[in-house]
Amino acid sequence: MRWVNRQIGRRQAFGLGAIPIALLAITYLIASAQRHALNPADKILPLPGAMASAIWKMMGTPDALSGNLVFWADTLASLQRLGLGLGIATLMALLVGLVLGALPPVRAMFGPLVTGIAVIPPIALLPILFIALGLGETAKVALIVIGIAPVMVRDVAGHVGALPREQIVKAQTLGAGSWQILLRVALPQALPRLIVALKLALGPAWVFLISAEAIASDVGLGYRIFLVRRYLSMDVIIPYVAWIALLAIVMDIALSKLSTKAFPWAHGAAH
Amino acid sequence: MSALLSLRDVWVEYGDRIVLEKVDLDVTAGSFVSVVGPSGAGKSTFLRVILGQEQATRGTITLDGAPLPPECGPDRGVVFQKYSVFPHLTVLANVVFGLECTAAPLLAHLFGAKRKAAEAEAAEMLAAVGLADSMHLYPAQMSGGMQQRLAIAQALIKRPRILLLDEPFGALDPGIRADMHALITKLWRQYDLTVIMVTHDIREAFTLGTRVLALDKRRHDPHAPHRFGATAVYDLPLVKPAPAEEPAAEDEA
Repeated sequence: MRWVNRQIGRRQAFGLGAIPIALLAITYLIASAQRHALNPADKILPLPGAMASAIWKMMGTPDALSGNLVFWADTLASLQRLGLGLGIATLMALLVGLVLGALPPVRAMFGPLVTGIAVIPPIALLPILFIALGLGETAKVALIVIGIAPVMVRDVAGHVGALPREQIVKAQTLGAGSWQILLRVALPQALPRLIVALKLALGPAWVFLISAEAIASDVGLGYRIFLVRRYLSMDVIIPYVAWIALLAIVMDIALSKLSTKAFPWAHGAAH
Repeated sequence: MSALLSLRDVWVEYGDRIVLEKVDLDVTAGSFVSVVGPSGAGKSTFLRVILGQEQATRGTITLDGAPLPPECGPDRGVVFQKYSVFPHLTVLANVVFGLECTAAPLLAHLFGAKRKAAEAEAAEMLAAVGLADSMHLYPAQMSGGMQQRLAIAQALIKRPRILLLDEPFGALDPGIRADMHALITKLWRQYDLTVIMVTHDIREAFTLGTRVLALDKRRHDPHAPHRFGATAVYDLPLVKPAPAEEPAAEDEA
């Protein structure tokens, strides 16, 4: 059978998907074991046991200096910044994207500005943010917002602008004005797209979060990774990276589930 | 009978391209006008101008003696070939939407007793088009024919002065199309509608219409084909037999 026609079942897909991950893990274990055979104090490729004990200590033993459980304090701080940044950017994308997409005069007035902001590399603005907003939480959240909001705004605006003209005309023949079309025709159809935009923005949002934390912070997942790098603590860095990946995957799955639950019509509601 | 809709010397031009030229027309209340013509003869433009989606470059259009406002409004209902229902609303909500827009300008949502009343009215309209059993489906769950039934119900709930159909049955297969012809004829009589239907199916035009309008170019310049627009080259009033009793079995979803 041709490869383009092969259908993969659920269980088979699970098995196939696990193969490369398992291979990668085995390769790591072999390389790590070899290095430790040569030098039992090797720090570059730590064994799973070393990683587990290092993280276990950070999860359960209060830090001597601050008295915090470092792992959880880092996670909480990072998720707080990320959540705030994502929340503000999503709200902006919805409000600005909606009017930009649905109302031609607004698009003519603010479209070029949004496009202009979107092409600025956000990291280049980081110094300005630090100078203007200080080194506190505001600057880090602002970096995330500035980094992802313009792309999300343009995505939502593009989607709303591409709604079939027939729908907008039909709504008017049913007695709807601009406001009612925004509220009842454009807004509900923008929401599933907003979730897609948010899912795509998760990756960049993490990048901006880690960058901001690496440069100026005293707590956070990114801060910790860059701090322990000085001591070659791969036994902390690798589990932290894995933890970030896990958090990102959970967010992605949660958003997909939310979208299918809340907007069944947008997911080809079963015939 | 006096004219419900009048077009006087209507021209539509895009830049130097003339699409419609010198269209003069009176449509009396209660008539069913079929508009036919070759592709690119401006059938759809003609419909969009009456709908208010496009403006005539020259000429006047009056509805009930008053000049037509330059925007679409609830006095003119429309059914397009595609995309005329809202995919994010259930069948019932699609029809209730029209009632909500007038009754609730701020929220466009009705609540409580008013909502109950609007839903009852919408359900009655849906029953009339044969969708009584599908009220809680989303449009994507229905066939093309059912979606067009919904689009018709949606338009009729506003009791438009004039109903515009833009190749409404063009994408349907022949069996379904015959059902839809019976439905639209029934509704046209039942609700005293005035209908203008654009179609490329000549048979359909003559079966349904009380008047057939053929749009085409009167003159043709081979060196500048865009400089002459289309107008009504044939305007045939059809004498219809008195409405025969319709077999009851015609209504099937």
